[in-house]
Amino acid sequence: MPFWFELIVSFFLLGGGAFILLGSFGLVRLPDFYTRLHAPTKATTLGMWGLLVGALLLSSWNSGMLNPHHLLIAVFLLLTTPVSSYILAKSALHHRLDWGTQTRGQEQAKRYMDDH
Amino acid sequence: MRTWLPLPHTSLLLLVVWLLLNQTLAPGHLLLGSVLALLIPLLTMRLRNPQPSIKRPIKALLYLFLVLWDILVANMQVARLMLRPRLQLRPAFVEVPLDITQGFPITVLASTISLTPGTVSADVSADQSRLLLHVLDLEDEAQLIATIKRRYEARLREIFEC
Amino acid sequence: MLSWVIPLVFAMLCLAMMLNLWSLCTRSSLPDRILALDTLYINSSALIIMFGVWKVTALYFEAALLIALLGFVSTVAVCKYLLRGDIIE
Repeated sequence: MPFWFELIVSFFLLGGGAFILLGSFGLVRLPDFYTRLHAPTKATTLGMWGLLVGALLLSSWNSGMLNPHHLLIAVFLLLTTPVSSYILAKSALHHRLDWGTQTRGQEQAKRYMDDH
Repeated sequence: MRTWLPLPHTSLLLLVVWLLLNQTLAPGHLLLGSVLALLIPLLTMRLRNPQPSIKRPIKALLYLFLVLWDILVANMQVARLMLRPRLQLRPAFVEVPLDITQGFPITVLASTISLTPGTVSADVSADQSRLLLHVLDLEDEAQLIATIKRRYEARLREIFEC
Repeated sequence: MLSWVIPLVFAMLCLAMMLNLWSLCTRSSLPDRILALDTLYINSSALIIMFGVWKVTALYFEAALLIALLGFVSTVAVCKYLLRGDIIE
């Protein structure tokens, strides 16, 4: 395997791992539930894509032909991550979870707590 | 009279997913996949409720690339906000009035908003006329709403023609 | 180069899963714990993909797909239960 190809695959794998780590780090660090929701929704999705592209390139090189089946997981994640973050936010609103005191627009959120 | 191929796009998608899962183009799998792709839409058609379909496929593809690019930008932004030594966030709830009405376009818009910079969609009002967002670092509410309406909602209205 | 990149990515994923586990065990509210569990699901599916890359085989791809799928379904089911007190109405 030539060096430039290893370099590209390493870039995708390391980038993917770094963004997944960042998503989990945000989960621990951010102050309240609604801000914590941002980290896994965005960073973990991009991290998985990086890993999947790296795995796709490597397995295609090893088998000598393009096998794009890793893209199935990527497309699946693109479709499902927003849905699970939406329903998590909705159930958090329903449970009247606390938000940070400096959060603006609290009255608007309160109106959504009871209708669902 | 029902036709044999009620949902051609769904059938094609099912066949492609079947072949990808099995990683093959062998004739046996092509045959089995085609039979499944014909049968499954016929059996599940009664469960569907009608939704507006994509009228402009090329614009939909361009929209997909726009969203992918925005996901990259969103991640850079979230990374920058989270890796600061002291957290300086301006979280806020924002309500966006919706111009599009049907379920499927609203779902696409809400998913786009969840994946793009700084915003997560939290709830839709009971009459489907407003969308509640949570913003991680809000600068200007009116500007954010205008951006969402111009960048995403206007394009979705063109794609679905609604 | 890949001989040290792959173990490094494994280490990153393990650290990420430890942070998730910490979040899962110490948070006080239910949606917080569901969020941590959902992230843990996705990270374990990432770990399995990396295992497939390491062993140079496509066998583990289906396991990763199934775990991602089950994670989504269980998250939605538990959230639905929290919202309505029932899953199928």
